[in-house]
Amino acid sequence: MDLLILSRIQFAFTVAFHYIYPPLTIGLGVILVMMEALYLATKNSLYQQMAKFWTRIFALTFAIGVATGIVMEFEFGTNWATYSRYVGDIFGSALAAEGIFAFFLESGFLAILLFGWDKVGPRMHFFSTLMVALGAHFSAVWIVVANSWQQTPAGFHIVGEGVNARAEVTDFWMMVFNPSSMDRLAHTLMGAWQAGAFLVLSVSAYYLLKRKYVDFAKTSMKIGLIVAVIASVLQLVTGHSSAVGVSKNQPAKLAAMEGHFTTGPGALHLFGAVNEKKQKVDGGIQLPGMLSYFIYADATKPVMGLDQFPKNDRPPLNFTYQMFHGMVLIGLVLIGLSLLGVLFWWRGMLFTNSWLLHIFVWSVLGPQFANQLGWFAAEVGRQPWIVYGLLRTSDALSKTVTTNMVLASLIMFSIIYFLLFAVFVFLLDQKIKHGPAEEEHEFSRHYA
Amino acid sequence: MHIDLNMIWFGLVGILFTGYAILDGFDLGVGALHLLTKTDDERRIMLNSIGPVWDGNEVWLVTGGGALFAAFPSVYATVFSGFYLAIFLLLFALIFRAVAIEFRSKQPMKWWRTMWDISFSVGSIFSSFLIGVVLGNVAWGIPLTADHEYAGNFLSLLHPYALLIGLTTVALFMMHGAIYAVMKTEGALHDKISSWVNNAIIFFIICYATATMATLLYVPHMTVYFKQHPVLFTLAFVNMLAIANIPREIQKGRDFFAFLSSCAAVITLMAIFGIGVFPNMVVSNPNPEYSLTIYNSASSAKTLKIMLNIALMGIPLVLAYTVSIYWIFRGKVKLDKMSY
Repeated sequence: MDLLILSRIQFAFTVAFHYIYPPLTIGLGVILVMMEALYLATKNSLYQQMAKFWTRIFALTFAIGVATGIVMEFEFGTNWATYSRYVGDIFGSALAAEGIFAFFLESGFLAILLFGWDKVGPRMHFFSTLMVALGAHFSAVWIVVANSWQQTPAGFHIVGEGVNARAEVTDFWMMVFNPSSMDRLAHTLMGAWQAGAFLVLSVSAYYLLKRKYVDFAKTSMKIGLIVAVIASVLQLVTGHSSAVGVSKNQPAKLAAMEGHFTTGPGALHLFGAVNEKKQKVDGGIQLPGMLSYFIYADATKPVMGLDQFPKNDRPPLNFTYQMFHGMVLIGLVLIGLSLLGVLFWWRGMLFTNSWLLHIFVWSVLGPQFANQLGWFAAEVGRQPWIVYGLLRTSDALSKTVTTNMVLASLIMFSIIYFLLFAVFVFLLDQKIKHGPAEEEHEFSRHYA
Repeated sequence: MHIDLNMIWFGLVGILFTGYAILDGFDLGVGALHLLTKTDDERRIMLNSIGPVWDGNEVWLVTGGGALFAAFPSVYATVFSGFYLAIFLLLFALIFRAVAIEFRSKQPMKWWRTMWDISFSVGSIFSSFLIGVVLGNVAWGIPLTADHEYAGNFLSLLHPYALLIGLTTVALFMMHGAIYAVMKTEGALHDKISSWVNNAIIFFIICYATATMATLLYVPHMTVYFKQHPVLFTLAFVNMLAIANIPREIQKGRDFFAFLSSCAAVITLMAIFGIGVFPNMVVSNPNPEYSLTIYNSASSAKTLKIMLNIALMGIPLVLAYTVSIYWIFRGKVKLDKMSY
């Protein structure tokens, strides 16, 4: 295998694994804030018990998020040194800002959230939880800004030529508010809220099916459902405006997402497979004009097709198409599920309907898959560029790193992350089975 | 001397990595000593002494890396791609140690706890060692091409001087961690760890003296700036005073002042290292004309200025959080239901 493919696989693997965790901490962060606010307002100890239980789950995801996140911070330099030199001014600034504004806030107050129940009052504890959630959101802000600059670069100029060319900031705020950053930030954050909310729904549904911790589960479920329905419905809005942005700023990506070959009124496909030879989408259901309608509110307006791009400027078509469609499909199912939950709640059947509870138990996987597929669509759809229109991914590699080195690190990552994931799932399962009661340390005897 | 933006950023990146050395230094040190404690309660106290702060401490490394990326992208790119395997080994060690802290006390089985105890301790020692190896190579110099790309391989990073600095770093963090652990413990465990401090200091002094001799003999470019500015020798002197003060404070039972002395020792060591390297960031050895300096590796002046504003806004906040967290969690460790 060649260096480029291996390096891309390694980055994709490490970032996809990392991205299991931060959405959970962002989403659970919001839910913890709600639980502690309710505890402050009502002094009902059930809310405190809930906050403590979900904090234990939060801590587990947070630790792995930190450990796998440091890898990301270093990987730009190890594998993509040419890219790092090219974008240091911009991408580096966003990462540094993330460290200063987000990580310190988050990790500092996390100490109080986890270990501070007996050290500070409930108000200060609530404030700390709020700061942790805010820090998690800030971190999403800066990392999405950095990534959006790769998608839609703005506020910079290119200095130097050939190997010495680099992007330098001309306008910091234009760089931050580049054309895609705010749409994508909203879409990413709602995806994270969904991840947290559906985890809460899933665990609560599991308890209700087992008829354990019933009060705890009912109250958790209501809070989870409120966040789930808000985030899922808002995903329609943020997803739509992201897609409209892509049509304007990255037409090749949009054309790949929909398998749209010929410039002209665009059709929407519910599913299918892109056939590059015949230049069409095979199978599935086609809605003529709907793509144009969604973008321009006019079914006859032309949408730029892949015919406008030479072959070597096109992203992988079928892959991008499938990732995007998978995400949309799951997104729609999640909207339906959360609305169904609200309907049943209104009808007073939410906690008793066994088939709905069974679906909720598995629903936790929905946002996880949708988040992953969405990022794959966004990142693979940007290819062959690492910075859209400016720097090709194939030109961005480290010059000193060889295929064998990447193979070695990739094998190590595969082993270590597989183990980590197994332990994570095991411990998560144990914590869920243990339930909301406080954990005791019974084990205490001499080793040696 | 006229101070420009590049120098300020050299200083700021230095401060971030010094913050990392002081803070993660003690929790890596606690990890290095972890297996010397025997009972489960002792080990839990060791873990919980750093429990609320270790991930905040690692943020200094992450932010230091980010600041290096933003201010000196060429250094970030050259060092991280050049030290490819060493960096990944460091990351794996840091991952193991981080999750070991989180996982260890989650299950009661003895094999489970022992396994994570070993991961935590070995991960801590190995991380400290690799950090030292990287620093040793930066001081010694690495072969660079005219395009500032690394021209050596993984094995050429493991020369005796770099290994010596690696060992010295382990010793420094063990000393620093032992003193922190003394400050956070009470009773029999406190007395036991107190008795380790002197050994840790002796181990460190031996490594430090050897490393200093090696530097004076074989790495003359590290001494140039000190020869030009003799007043800077004060740093070496303060460093020695700080180390000498540690056993004195421990003797008097003033653990907190012993820890402050140890912090002063780490700060002065980092300052000596930074001044020794200045104005280079990565020395090219051979071909010193290819070295990465604070000028030829830096971002544009505009970026440095914007980032300086961000730093000026952020650093007071960071200091405020750090000080409050350490204040809230001051005093001796008590195990409770939320402990690791």
